[in-house]
Amino acid sequence: MTPRSAKRGLVRPYVITDGRAHPTRNTFDLVTLVSAAQGGDLAGLSPEKRRVMALCRGGSLSVAEVVGHLQIPVSVTKVLLGDLVDSGHILTRSPIPSAELPDIKILQEVLDGLRARL
Amino acid sequence: MGSALASEDVYLPDTVQTAVKLLVVGHFAVGKTTFVGTLSEIRPLRTEETMSQAGAHTDDLGGVPHKTTTTVALDFGRLTLNEHLVLYLFGAPGQQRFTQLWRDMTQGALGALVLADTRRLEHSYDVMGLLEEHGLPYAVAVNHFDGAPVFAEEDLREVLDLLPEIPLVTCDARDTRSSTQALISLVQYLYTRNTQEHA
Repeated sequence: MTPRSAKRGLVRPYVITDGRAHPTRNTFDLVTLVSAAQGGDLAGLSPEKRRVMALCRGGSLSVAEVVGHLQIPVSVTKVLLGDLVDSGHILTRSPIPSAELPDIKILQEVLDGLRARL
Repeated sequence: MGSALASEDVYLPDTVQTAVKLLVVGHFAVGKTTFVGTLSEIRPLRTEETMSQAGAHTDDLGGVPHKTTTTVALDFGRLTLNEHLVLYLFGAPGQQRFTQLWRDMTQGALGALVLADTRRLEHSYDVMGLLEEHGLPYAVAVNHFDGAPVFAEEDLREVLDLLPEIPLVTCDARDTRSSTQALISLVQYLYTRNTQEHA
């Protein structure tokens, strides 16, 4: 299986992101769901963005899973995903708004889903 | 790794629309990673973030603002609860100094399960304090280790200084059923709390 130890890349994170520490949009939570848009020309994308696209083409994943599979730091992944959303390569499904109390319906569903596992 | 994602269950079903998260928190070696691994349907993953942290204490006699860089790892797992809802569990370190990380982690989380070890209950105070500071509701699960002392619930509540409404359960983080029960206690509490606030 895959070794657990994170490999340090040869390239420093700020090089991957063109020196930016923050994404162009502030909509990514660790559990924001992302998936590849249909079509989407990969020409001109950096190798790291191509890696993100290669992973996301398989189906939907959370931002945390993209981070975990590609072993890129969270902040860098958010910058890459922000660019890919801007360029129309990646679609997102936002998590429930954090400012609101969790919907009682969602809590009920979580409860039912967990109970069904017993 | 990257392209070696042969297993189909790496990805979520296309029908999933909503993702929610719960935190599994506690001091070092309390069993967070085990708990997440027991319940996760995917091989638990890890996110790593390098962060600079301010010196933990301001009474540093050197007088020089002292910063170090640390890598903070979060182990997380996934449970698809129904065709449109997925739950992520994040095992998070309870150190006071990772303030930014705590802000990110608690943002949008439904609540937290605090794992405790009866051999060092006092080590749970920090993490409980942090949750209260961030306004995140929590339940406590004593992760039972072989040979660890067993206390009566009322004694545990007193030592942990728990409000009467906060659930306190015992679990075995290696056991799926027991760990699921602990999560259910937490979510049941969040549900009750939510209905009361809306009443």
